[in-house]
Amino acid sequence: MTPFDTHKGKVLPLDRSNVDTDAIIPKQYMKSIRKTGYGDFLFDAWRYKDVGELGMNCALRAKNMDFPINMERFKDASILLVRRNFGCGSSREHAAWALKDAGFRVIIGESFADIFYGNAIKNGILPIMLPADVIEMLFEEANSAVGLHARVDLASRALAVSSGQSWSFEISDDVRERLLKGLDDVGISLQWIDDIIDFEAKQREREPWLYS
Amino acid sequence: MLSNPTTAIAPPQTLLQKLWNRRVVKNLSEDEDLLYIDRHLIYEVTSPQAFEGLRSSGRRVWRPDSVLATVDHNVPTMRHERKSVSDIPDRLAQEQVRTLIENVQEHGIKFHGLGDSRQGIVHVIGPELGWTLPGTTIVAGDSHTSTHGAFGTLAFGVGTSDVEHVLATQCLVVKQMRTLRVMINGRLPEHVVAKDLALFVIKAIGSAGGVGHAIEFAGEAVAALSMEGRMTLCNMAIEAGARVGLVGVDETTLEYVKQRAGDKVLNHWLEASADWKTLHSDSGAQFDREVVIEAKDVPPMVTWGTSPDMAVPANGTIPKPEDLPDEQQRRALEQSLAYMGLEPGTRLVDVAVDKVFIGSCTNSRIEDLRLAARQIQGRSVSKSLKQAIVVPGSGLVKQQAEREGLHLMFMEAGFEWREPGCSMCLGMNNDRLNPGERCASTSNRNFEGRQGAGGRSHLVSPSMAVAAAIHGRFVDVREDYPNDAV
Repeated sequence: MTPFDTHKGKVLPLDRSNVDTDAIIPKQYMKSIRKTGYGDFLFDAWRYKDVGELGMNCALRAKNMDFPINMERFKDASILLVRRNFGCGSSREHAAWALKDAGFRVIIGESFADIFYGNAIKNGILPIMLPADVIEMLFEEANSAVGLHARVDLASRALAVSSGQSWSFEISDDVRERLLKGLDDVGISLQWIDDIIDFEAKQREREPWLYS
Repeated sequence: MLSNPTTAIAPPQTLLQKLWNRRVVKNLSEDEDLLYIDRHLIYEVTSPQAFEGLRSSGRRVWRPDSVLATVDHNVPTMRHERKSVSDIPDRLAQEQVRTLIENVQEHGIKFHGLGDSRQGIVHVIGPELGWTLPGTTIVAGDSHTSTHGAFGTLAFGVGTSDVEHVLATQCLVVKQMRTLRVMINGRLPEHVVAKDLALFVIKAIGSAGGVGHAIEFAGEAVAALSMEGRMTLCNMAIEAGARVGLVGVDETTLEYVKQRAGDKVLNHWLEASADWKTLHSDSGAQFDREVVIEAKDVPPMVTWGTSPDMAVPANGTIPKPEDLPDEQQRRALEQSLAYMGLEPGTRLVDVAVDKVFIGSCTNSRIEDLRLAARQIQGRSVSKSLKQAIVVPGSGLVKQQAEREGLHLMFMEAGFEWREPGCSMCLGMNNDRLNPGERCASTSNRNFEGRQGAGGRSHLVSPSMAVAAAIHGRFVDVREDYPNDAV
């Protein structure tokens, strides 16, 4: 997986709750058999005025200029600011692939859906949860004329913003460790290969009906 | 080890604890365990990148006999478009189906493809083929894997990285879950079914209310549900944010499993069923949270917005912003209604529909089709409708429905009778809504664009969907039930 230690970037506000993975990357793009190439289709239905298809040249599509991703002042943003329950719905990892492709490395919000949270981590994207009042303030600052930049230090669980404030955020030690080191999950599990084989032998005795 | 109830002095356990503990290969930390995954369902859309990952790292499938593959998400439901893979009109869908076929052949995985009567939606075929068993762990690269929890099974959806992980190791690193028991006292009123209960529960706890939790559904109303009803309920646990839905094992479970089990299970039936009978929460077990619902309060439900918790009774009205307690909810309501083309305060029975969809992993099993057919009773689909389709969940469901003559009832009423697949639930194939079209749908998600870009989805039960088809608008089935019906 892509390691994550520190990150500095511009914040893009997406002021909606319950942003589901269908909105992050609509179903027509799930017909791709690759892990990359989704970035231009991120938030497709909100971002463009037409209905997109795989293979389209997005530079030629009519854009919805009210949507933050199309605004000049949020160009090159790499930190996404959201509300509550971001990434709900479908388990499609394509949502994390699209965010990663579009250059997002951090998502700050009140809460995240479980499956999306795991998918984000596996793609080196750090979801940061902060209380509603802090999120509200960050939205105000991100929407202000000067905008907002942030710096994240995963090792010390710290988030600092350009307006001068900083917070520490919660993340489990296990997840933090994996992100910092960019560990390969499958590789981690295969360290326990003897335990897996031992488990199967015992299960075969105890629940023989599960084995053909 | 299984404990002897007469000598056990262990503290009472929840069903989740029992299911979890029996699959821990190794405790990794305070939060995480390496869990053994017994069974794995794969399909064409979320598996190609996982097999590609295996190939690029030089790994093989750990236990091919634990995997069951089918095609469901992107396949057409018109017969002439699926006689063979090369008939699939969408070139990209064709490529995904071919890729799956190559992958299952390379790794020796059991596959039910187009033309096989056992093909169907992953969460319909697992249970009906006797492949979903109590006490097991099941994953799939699909969030509605929670469906299988109806069997006292620890089942949850995963992303493609985890699909690869399970293929390679038969295990997953999983964070422990908190427990939420939804206790449903008493019996559901007449004309109120599992789908209504699911929508009622989701509204009660919110679309993020179950995040981090496994929801166990319990109480008299749940015990009275058929396995199909329990599957509908567990299927929608994810719409309340919970990856896992659970129902304890009882005689209803055992009866269903026994009728479908393979020889291996039947040869061990006494042992297996004795083991499975222990799979329920012990009395006195402690849950992290509990929600109590009185079944008599549950009406037929309809969603009005773009999140599954935005639901009201069939005879209700769309909320007004001033009724909502917080600013975020008011903004969400306004965003939803703008998308849905609806006004606050509108009665649902005054809302006209363009299309009706009966299908999906939520409501495409034989009981759902029987319920829908009973609501027809010789009546016809409204002329104002653009389309009404029934998509059985699997080839076996379709065959059973045809044996019972249900397909004729649907077709005579003006419904199209299709081949199995996910179809208009997510509109990956050609079954979809056009911009602005409004649909009464028995599926599970009313998200923006879910059933087609610009489409407007209202989630309902199968009988509510049929009633909407007949009248061309929503009606309360409690007031529409055909006179000559049981």
